[in-house]
Amino acid sequence: MKNISPRTVIILLVLFGSLLYVLPSFHIDVWPHKKINLGLDLQGGMHLVLEVEAEKAVESTIERMGNDLRREMKTNHIKFANLERKAFQLHLNVLGRESIDKFNKVLDDEFQEFRIASQKEAGEQLAIVLDLPDSDVEEIKKKAADQALETIRNRIDEFGVSEPDIRRQGNRRILVQLPGVKDPGRAKDLIGKTALLEFKLVDDQHSVEEAIKGKPPLGTEILYQVVENRQTRRMSKSPYLVEKRTTLTGEYLTDARVNIDSQYNEPYVAIKFNKKGARLFERITESNVQRRLAIVLDKKIHSAPVIQERISGGEARITGSFTHEEAHDLAIVLRAGALPAPVHILEERTVGPSLGKDSIRKGIISMVIGGLLVIIFMVIYYQVAGLIADLALALNIILIAAGLAGFQATLTLPGIAGIILTIGMAVDANVLIFERIREELRVGKSPLAAVDAGYNKATLTILDANVTTLIAAVVLFQFGTGPVKGFAVTLSLGVIASLFTALIVSRQIFDSLLINRQLRSLSI
Amino acid sequence: MQFIQPDINIDFIGKRFIGFSISASLILISLFSLLLHGGPKYGIDFAGGTLIQIKFNTPTTVDTIQDALKPVGITGASIQQYGDATNNEYLVRADIAYKKLEGLSGKVQQALIEAVSETDDTETSSSTTESLETSESAVPTPTTQTVAQEAENSETEKTILPAEVRRIEMVGPQVGKDLREKALLAMFFALLFITIYISGRFEFKWLVSAVMAGGLMIGVYVIKAIGISMPFLIVFALILAMILFWCLRLQYAMGAIAALIHDVTITVGIFSIFDKEFTLPIIAALLTIIGYSLNDTIIVFDRIRENTRKLTRDTFDNVINKSINETLSRTILTSLTTLIVVLTLFLFGGGIIHDFAFAMIIGVLIGTYSSIFVASPILLLWKLK
Repeated sequence: MKNISPRTVIILLVLFGSLLYVLPSFHIDVWPHKKINLGLDLQGGMHLVLEVEAEKAVESTIERMGNDLRREMKTNHIKFANLERKAFQLHLNVLGRESIDKFNKVLDDEFQEFRIASQKEAGEQLAIVLDLPDSDVEEIKKKAADQALETIRNRIDEFGVSEPDIRRQGNRRILVQLPGVKDPGRAKDLIGKTALLEFKLVDDQHSVEEAIKGKPPLGTEILYQVVENRQTRRMSKSPYLVEKRTTLTGEYLTDARVNIDSQYNEPYVAIKFNKKGARLFERITESNVQRRLAIVLDKKIHSAPVIQERISGGEARITGSFTHEEAHDLAIVLRAGALPAPVHILEERTVGPSLGKDSIRKGIISMVIGGLLVIIFMVIYYQVAGLIADLALALNIILIAAGLAGFQATLTLPGIAGIILTIGMAVDANVLIFERIREELRVGKSPLAAVDAGYNKATLTILDANVTTLIAAVVLFQFGTGPVKGFAVTLSLGVIASLFTALIVSRQIFDSLLINRQLRSLSI
Repeated sequence: MQFIQPDINIDFIGKRFIGFSISASLILISLFSLLLHGGPKYGIDFAGGTLIQIKFNTPTTVDTIQDALKPVGITGASIQQYGDATNNEYLVRADIAYKKLEGLSGKVQQALIEAVSETDDTETSSSTTESLETSESAVPTPTTQTVAQEAENSETEKTILPAEVRRIEMVGPQVGKDLREKALLAMFFALLFITIYISGRFEFKWLVSAVMAGGLMIGVYVIKAIGISMPFLIVFALILAMILFWCLRLQYAMGAIAALIHDVTITVGIFSIFDKEFTLPIIAALLTIIGYSLNDTIIVFDRIRENTRKLTRDTFDNVINKSINETLSRTILTSLTTLIVVLTLFLFGGGIIHDFAFAMIIGVLIGTYSSIFVASPILLLWKLK
């Protein structure tokens, strides 16, 4: 070959470039360092879609404001009754003319956020319903979702998963993808835990048994401590009567670490409060010596130690028969903070690593068998031309692999199916061309003229046929999640690669054979 | 080598009514089967539910698994052997999506392991001792062994347990419904985009078809907001599209889209007859079938377009027939190579891809048939007027 055509240069460049992108996936480290990403279904891992129960965040905000209102009314000696939250509303009755006036003043001065949903004055009594403006409710919901995303991200970062993918999906959904996670159950617990830490005083005045039978006294509730005996794996549940009022929450934490108790050799979680929290904790312990303070996590009591003395310095420990892992995970969730609202799992897909390996192996086996059958078939049917088509096919697969690595797309099991399908369909372009060339040869054209005419006539057809497949693939990509998206990606790459290999590469090979080698006949 | 002789001349158009009646009866059978089964059988992707794939190290029975799952709260689950009988691998499907899924896999695993350990004590203990080399303790009963093991050393847990949960899929009912709607919309939109392309490329009716497709898309979006059930809406929109094709004389689009609806309906029908489930990969398969069948159709159309310019004296019937015959060799060859790879996928691709490959096999066969017997003859409808 004396003169190298620009087309040859382009082909060689593309080939060289794609090899550069493909090689790192086979552990040969060359420049781009980009490996093909394996989807969760191939490497194993967990895919979760969570929904933030944002209503709960609104409810707890209103609950908290209700508590503030109660406190304010008490300090101002306002007589009221039946203050309670129903869904997103606060209902209460204010009693007496004087109280009503004072109440209205408090409401105007201190609680401007509230919207008055309805009020009815009958005689000396005001029945009022308060709620929040819709824009505020939306704001709270949005914030809850944002904060939940942030908190979950922090927890996972601390848990240590390589390349997690955590993102918002729509308004209130969070997509979490954890490739290669070893213990999905543990990761799920870690993500899903609300981790609302509360300190509540235990009510010693009333008996728990009576409270269970009847109705718990005003301002108290029954919470349970669940202890699992690890030897017998029996659960024991003991009830506590605690004050509804929360004295202190996990909001004030600055740190949480796992330590080992030297006496019992059991892990516990050491927590540290910030300044404000430390002051609150000191005040609580000071005024409640000899009472029991329950440490409540997500409405479950972990322990309820007796306060021996005033504790200053803002440090405390959470005990409870933890395994080391449980303590470790608890420390993580406490450090990352509580979720502003509970989340629940809408969708979960977990694939074990062994299944992924199986899928890869089977995928490759079918690819090799399918590919070989097609290659052999093409050679038998078209002889030398078949060989050219096979070369184009091989290049096609390299191009798809390079495209996957280069665009950092994810290869999934349906994606492998897509590649295999492309093998079958990629020869289509060559078949179209070859059939055309045969037609032209039959008319009596010379090999060179026949090849030329064949390519010219087939090009438009091939373009039309492939564009429509591409349309289907793009729609699939838009609609798809995870694995299906992977299929759309390989299918699109395959279509584009086969256009290149059929219209440019195999054409060039024909040309160089016919022109440079001066072949008189064509084996097709 | 040549399968199809170059001078082949089969009278496809003359036999088009045979083709129409075969197609019509296939579609009727499909619709009948769908009606009988109360619509397509949705897998958990679309219906919501839970699927667990478990591999045991020792042989076990469906009944054992069923009993073991009761205490965990999974009742009425369907349990199937998965793959070879020697694999001891099972698929458990339950309709319910477990809202409290946290810890479920752990519980299921525990329950199943205990069940296996209890039923075949001798066999299990032999297999556990074998795999228990890392454990320092002596060999008490297998149950306590695994428990102690779990507490001490959860790193090696997976290799020691007599069962492994290989896959869990849980889809909530809302997500399932969303996916179902998205899948239908995806197929519908794919059809509309294809309409624009075909009408534009073959009849230069880019504008007319784009306006029509745009109108249908907006219409579907607006009506969707009112809350009409999606499947009815799409069926209605497709019928409307067909009427519009007819009125606007978008003959190539009509032929192609009719062939695609034909292919998808029959594939769905055969799935229903074989009682197979619709999952996300099956939707991928259906869209690929759309792409593939269209590929075939367009190549025939392309030849028809070329021949109408060349053979101005021939009747349209003859032009179509000649075009089909000229492309027949290519049609058969491509279908063959595609079929080869889809068959290898079906045979060697493994369980997850099995149904996908099955759908593709049907699709390739039907798609090839429809481009010859459905898409092209429809072009003649206008001539008959």
